[in-house]
Amino acid sequence: MIKVWFKSGSPWIWLNAAAVSTCLIMVIGVLGLVAVRGAGHFWASPIVSLNYQEDDGQVKTIIGEHIDTTVTPAVMAKSTGFTMADNEDVLIQYLIKTGNRDLTGSDFRWIQERHVKAQTEPANLIVVERREWGNFYGQLAAVKEGDKVIATGEQAWTVLQERLNVALELHEQITHLEKKEVGAINYGFEQLRLKQKGLELKNAWNAETAKEFAAKKAAYDVDYKRYQAQLAELYQKIRRDSLVATTESCAELVIPLSKVVEVTQPNKMGVFTKIGHYFKKLGYFLSEDPREANTEGGIFPAIFGTIMMVIMMSIIVTPFGVIAAVYLREYAKQGFTTRLIRIAVNNLAGVPSIVYGVFGLGFFVYILGGNIDKLFFPESAPAPVFGTPGLLWASITLALLTLPVVIVSTEEGLARVPKAIREGSLALGATKIETLWRTVLPMASPAMMTGLILAVARAAGEVAPLMLVGVVKLAPTLPLDGNYPFLHLDRKFMHLGFHIYDVGFQSPNVEAARPLVYATSLLLVLVIIGLNLAAILIRNHLREKYRALEG
Amino acid sequence: MSTPEPRSHSFDASSILRNAHGNNDPVEPCIKVENLNLFYGKKQALHNVNMEMPKKKVTAYIGPSGCGKSTLLRCINRMNDLVDNVTIEGRILLHDDNIYDKSVNVAALRRRIGMVFQKPNPFPKSIFENVTYGLRIQGINDKRILEETVETSLRGAALWDEVKDRLNDNALGLSGGQQQRLVIARAIAIAPEVLLLDEPASALDPISTLKIEELINELKEKYTIVIVTHNMQQAARVSDYTAFMYMGELIEMGATSQLFTKPTKKQTEDYITGRYG
Repeated sequence: MIKVWFKSGSPWIWLNAAAVSTCLIMVIGVLGLVAVRGAGHFWASPIVSLNYQEDDGQVKTIIGEHIDTTVTPAVMAKSTGFTMADNEDVLIQYLIKTGNRDLTGSDFRWIQERHVKAQTEPANLIVVERREWGNFYGQLAAVKEGDKVIATGEQAWTVLQERLNVALELHEQITHLEKKEVGAINYGFEQLRLKQKGLELKNAWNAETAKEFAAKKAAYDVDYKRYQAQLAELYQKIRRDSLVATTESCAELVIPLSKVVEVTQPNKMGVFTKIGHYFKKLGYFLSEDPREANTEGGIFPAIFGTIMMVIMMSIIVTPFGVIAAVYLREYAKQGFTTRLIRIAVNNLAGVPSIVYGVFGLGFFVYILGGNIDKLFFPESAPAPVFGTPGLLWASITLALLTLPVVIVSTEEGLARVPKAIREGSLALGATKIETLWRTVLPMASPAMMTGLILAVARAAGEVAPLMLVGVVKLAPTLPLDGNYPFLHLDRKFMHLGFHIYDVGFQSPNVEAARPLVYATSLLLVLVIIGLNLAAILIRNHLREKYRALEG
Repeated sequence: MSTPEPRSHSFDASSILRNAHGNNDPVEPCIKVENLNLFYGKKQALHNVNMEMPKKKVTAYIGPSGCGKSTLLRCINRMNDLVDNVTIEGRILLHDDNIYDKSVNVAALRRRIGMVFQKPNPFPKSIFENVTYGLRIQGINDKRILEETVETSLRGAALWDEVKDRLNDNALGLSGGQQQRLVIARAIAIAPEVLLLDEPASALDPISTLKIEELINELKEKYTIVIVTHNMQQAARVSDYTAFMYMGELIEMGATSQLFTKPTKKQTEDYITGRYG
């Protein structure tokens, strides 16, 4: 009976099905966990107010967000030092995000459920998202203009919203001025300084050029002073208003509106308000710069850096890989040497990526970059231009890392172009190169795209080599901006993968950053899926166009 | 299978040509093959082949599979150059110029000697682009010239009426027979002198085959045609001259009517009467 069952092949089918299901479950599990944890981060959760009996018997109020609950068996709790009554089987603990780091010194607090005497969700509790010191939880007392109180009680909330909108507007103007206008002037100053030094090195610095440069500097100075005046005015305006809030222990705290990103009353929000708030936060996350050692704010520079680097890498790796594959497949004599090269290329794909990072740092950054600096940027010395990790070297290192997959897929694509098509072209009087350009390469283009898709998928998720050749925790400027030459390949950049590592493991406030790790992971996955999807769409279009390969 | 006798067959080719249609009109030879030997590595595939192919006539190569008829055909436009490890000795003259001379530009030669393959091999491009491929290679991009050529070539290949409304459609959407005629149109678009057809109808259904055969009859007005076929009826129907090849050797060549009715060699007779092959 069992023999028949084995012979029928069903166990084999079951085994296969089980393997596939396991894979599916794992993939869905990972994506699901990341999605749920990451996406939940932006939801405005309610704020609880707890009457809590401290260890010394005093009852205090604790205000905050309920983040997590753990259940520990009594035995284990005892062994870690909790006193447990005989009738208690388990110890339930809550993790409360209490915020107010400037007052209490920490953002989070573990409390024991058995000591909670009462739990309420008062509607008038506010959350203040601040530019410094993390969130504030408490009650709104008043709004001040300068030292004068202009609203209290019920009125305060509406007045606060108005004043806050003004302050946010001002803040945006200030950032714009500082980053764009003043940034451009600083960049111009730096360029002038370098030019001057360059001329001095060439002994071409004379009274005439000095005059010319002085005039330029003076023009910049005028602009700079004007912007400074504007900034001073804006700063004065933004510093005028502040809010007064009381904490759970009834201490009063004055928070200047210039330091406030957002004030909400989550307990008063309906579902739709919460949904609106959710998307607002999501948009903020995607479009803003990070704050507070990356644990708060957005991750726009990391998204930008990742995409930028992947695009640069694609631009470098595709032509190189295709040319190498064409040579190997079409021109090189197929023999021992070619086979050896092919084996070497395939094995390159198996080299650990950190090794590429080391190679990139040693060869590209120090040797190539160092020499480029010596030859073309002597005026910048001792500060390096290309002799330091940056976008260019990161892209080239990753291009090297992904070169094998592009070569292998392109070779396969070339091998699949039917001989009849090549002969047809040659018989019409085309030379080999004409045949390649007009017929063979277009027909192999879907395979090239396949190689590129694999390359992008690998490169976008790579972190280890990037840490050596260009990624940093916080890049002050994007590699693409409005200052000539617009694309700054020498700049360091931020990267989602490294951002996850940095936020999750290197930040001073790991607990606060945890949801951000999930959210960033989710985003990284989405970015890779997006890049892949774009490439797959192009490939499918090409396949449709050159579907002779199936014939 | 019996081993063929000593490998030396020299023909008085001109005598064959004169007797083609029983009249004595002088026939001008277009291609002459002289003492051609071909080796794949160490294996000899063609043994001392000598023949002449007359101008604006259809010459058919017949013989069993693997006898070297396709190899011989591919020698005429130097397609065998693409094969690794091939050695060719002897000469092939196109109007008295040796095509294996070192100074010959192979691409230019192939423009003069077009070729159609066994399996239709249109490029994955539009019908229009397929026909103009050869012209564009030559750098001709004048739209008017291209359009004219497309029409004349497709008419020449008896395909115009079927595709004139969808010239921009992908050529791969055509039927097999249409594709083969498109490939012929593509070949004649660059105005070659010679057309080499390598079993052009073997992958096609009977009706498409008939169309191709009719087309060959029309094309010989303008082109010298050499056709390889393993279908003897086809050879009898379309060709003026027939060459019988066996084991890499040219056994016999003569006017088709004569070769099929009064073969001079025993082997030829055995083959055409179906005793082997």
